[in-house]
Amino acid sequence: MSSSTIFFAALLVFSTLVFCAGCYRRFSLITAGQPEDRFNRIDMRLKQMFLYAFGQKRVVAKQFGVNHFIIFWSFLILLLANGEFLAKGLFPALSLAFLPQAIHHGLLFLFDLFSLLVLISTTVAVARRLFFPPTYMNSAYVKARSVEGFLILSFIAILMLAYFGLHGAEIALGNEPGTRFMPVSSWVATILASYPSHLTLLVSIFWWVHALVLLAFICVLPYSKHMHILTAIPNIFFATLGRPNVQLREEFIKGGEFGVGRVDRFTWKDLLDSFSCTECGRCQSACPAATTGKSLNPRQVIHAIKTNLLANGPLLKKGGAPVISLIGEESEGSSTEETIWACTTCGACMEACPVLIEHMPKIAKMRRHLVEMKANFPEELLTLFENMEGRSNPWGIAPSERTKWHATMDVQQFEDGKTEYLFYVGCAGAFDSRQKHATVALATILDAAGVSWGILGKEEKCCGDSVRRLGNEFVFDRMAKENVALFKEKGVKKIITQCPHCFSTLKNDYRQYGIELEVVHHSELISHLLADGKLKLKRKVGGLGKILFHDSCYLGRHNDVYDAPREAIKLATGQAPVEFDRSGRESFCCGAGGGRMWQEEQHGERINLNRAKEALEKRPDTICVSCPYCMTMMEDGLKDLHADGTRVKDIAEVVAEGLRQ
Amino acid sequence: MLIVVCIKQVPDTTQVQIDPVTNTLVREGIPFIVNPYDTHALEAALQLKDRYGFRVAAISMGPPNAEATLRKALSLGVDEAILLSDRVFGGADTLSTSNVLTRAITLLNEQEEVGLVLCGKQTIDGDTAQVGPGIATRLGYTQLTLVDNIEQLDLLRKRVRVRRKLEGRHEIVESPFPAMITVVRELNRPRYPTVPMRLTSHEAEIKVWNNEVLKLDVNTIGLKGSPTWVSRIFSPEREKGEIVGDGLHDPEGTANLLIDKLLSKDLLAL
Repeated sequence: MSSSTIFFAALLVFSTLVFCAGCYRRFSLITAGQPEDRFNRIDMRLKQMFLYAFGQKRVVAKQFGVNHFIIFWSFLILLLANGEFLAKGLFPALSLAFLPQAIHHGLLFLFDLFSLLVLISTTVAVARRLFFPPTYMNSAYVKARSVEGFLILSFIAILMLAYFGLHGAEIALGNEPGTRFMPVSSWVATILASYPSHLTLLVSIFWWVHALVLLAFICVLPYSKHMHILTAIPNIFFATLGRPNVQLREEFIKGGEFGVGRVDRFTWKDLLDSFSCTECGRCQSACPAATTGKSLNPRQVIHAIKTNLLANGPLLKKGGAPVISLIGEESEGSSTEETIWACTTCGACMEACPVLIEHMPKIAKMRRHLVEMKANFPEELLTLFENMEGRSNPWGIAPSERTKWHATMDVQQFEDGKTEYLFYVGCAGAFDSRQKHATVALATILDAAGVSWGILGKEEKCCGDSVRRLGNEFVFDRMAKENVALFKEKGVKKIITQCPHCFSTLKNDYRQYGIELEVVHHSELISHLLADGKLKLKRKVGGLGKILFHDSCYLGRHNDVYDAPREAIKLATGQAPVEFDRSGRESFCCGAGGGRMWQEEQHGERINLNRAKEALEKRPDTICVSCPYCMTMMEDGLKDLHADGTRVKDIAEVVAEGLRQ
Repeated sequence: MLIVVCIKQVPDTTQVQIDPVTNTLVREGIPFIVNPYDTHALEAALQLKDRYGFRVAAISMGPPNAEATLRKALSLGVDEAILLSDRVFGGADTLSTSNVLTRAITLLNEQEEVGLVLCGKQTIDGDTAQVGPGIATRLGYTQLTLVDNIEQLDLLRKRVRVRRKLEGRHEIVESPFPAMITVVRELNRPRYPTVPMRLTSHEAEIKVWNNEVLKLDVNTIGLKGSPTWVSRIFSPEREKGEIVGDGLHDPEGTANLLIDKLLSKDLLAL
């Protein structure tokens, strides 16, 4: 064995140790998390993995995503080439040339081709970082971490250059039998052939450059954000199937800990998430809080968990005390309370994340800690919580007022066997003076279409959406149990809601309480009734001018209902609604979800103003919404902008126009 | 040293209606709450506990289901909760109520020196504001009513200085211990219970003291000890409102009209 082989072997052993130590440290920290079952429905998980990891579905959906797709697949293919490189470095006799010739030649061609593609892609990536950085790169936090990006890109580029250099020189020396299958290397060989006396030296220079950069890459990998190379695929495999919008239940046992106030109280999957973040920034650019100048940046929340785990994990595993608080410090590795309260739970971050990181449940868990363990929350929420506990509605209005909206209508009480649907009016539908118009419009539609429906009237209680998203799980738990008992007692099986928050809570969250309800949002029901001809309008709705449709987060992103409201508008007016630039899956929150409805917005631009401005760019006459919160936020936004010419209508009001004489 | 907070379970009056036939409050199905003013008294006591290390006892006279009110107090952090409950206490007016509370505080004082008694300024169901002063008189404590700020507390000298919120003015008063303080809402912002505290309070002991414990003369308590007699409860007739001005076309003029109207009826405190 030559001295250089021994030197290489020593370096390889060293790098492998550094790599393994890094991986061990990180993966063992993940085991500090709480247990959580993510092993169910393996077939669905594999499908998810192929689609999002190997298919890079989310990655390619955005500009420059293809670039990553190429690097990802090239990486997989070139793993083989680099494996051969390392093996050959130790045992020069080992080579892929032992494979059947056709396969070997095929591989040589692929290596050559993909190395070129990677070189182009890394160049594009560097150029993008330098010349067309996305707007969210423009922050101190990102700039500070940008070095790492350039470092890794240059590693990759040097690897490719060295690959071509090495093989070009080998070809020029006539040492490479598969020349025909290596077009790029052959081209390099023609250049290098001009320096025949240096070729042997060049071979060893390129070989060592390749070897050293490769080993450096291996060393750096587990310590950088490029750890995602190892974690992203399992992270996608273990991601929540479907939509992660339902928080896990808590068991209220004396002596228990509630919520997450310390990093090891997160589940292992939460911690794996933190190591899977590539810091691409897509969550940040989609986040309504981050883009309007709040301190919340979903990417930083995930990064803080990782930093906190790295600092505290080893201590916590030994039973020690943490050195950085998870919540409340300004330093890296901590999220401030302000940050945690800024989330609207709109889910845009999770919809954007290419590796399916679940930001929102983590924020909810930290909110739980603040509310349940510390009773520490923004002042406005005290009234909300007391109103919810005392009168089961956010405003604290007497429950006897729940029936006032139908003063001018004849409305039946829900009775099992006599009425098919329960119309769950919701707090806003019953108490909010503006939303009551939508309630009446919907009731009129239901009657006109001959739907059999009834209400719970004074017995109806709040679904508890806001308290759950705000982390007051204790109160939510009680409200959910009460409602489920009430539904069971009354024999309720089918429910119509007009509020997407009620819709999502009754449909998804209550499943955790052992009740399967057939919940339909009024936009879905109306579009079915129109399509089936059960709802016959007296005339086409015409007086509302240009209609712009705004997606509700809890209807769209959280429940995949995008088409129904659009279809209803189209059937009622004869025209598809105008779309926002940010619509559908990429729709922008009104600012009221996640209990933000009940809090002041102290910093940055108000989210509803941002959305209202975006709406006015389309010059609509009517903005159509499908959620009472969106209604309030949009109307307030338009008022602030003095946009008197634009009105806001609920989808039920738009359709009910067609029932007028 | 002990602080005693007197709290009362009251029906959520925003939800109470009057039966037009019997002229009594319809209480069926109406949720009970802790009298809102009392929650501020509780908070004040708990803040003093946090700061000076007082022990806090909450007492409440009422039927057995008033236990819920005391559980809430326990979930907020009081050290001891005592329900004063006996059939013979029933039907009490403010006089006989203060007799019961006074005896309970006297008994507590025998175990541990009482420094302060805190009450809400009044309850939202009776609205008399008499029980706090009634207790103070019977105990011989200084009474400091309508307090919106506890300015200073000197444990060594056993003195307390408070600010009273009066019509259009404040009054700063100092008193030695023991003193009875009634509080207004401006005093503080009541805390919210943590879940561990709620869970502990579910299992915590609530002592029940009946008249065998208090040993009061039955002629001074309950209905028998109540000279007040409610002859009738009724909702006042409301005058029908009127529409002033034209807000749609002249919002500013209408707003001015409204302000003039409110001023002329002396409804705006300026």
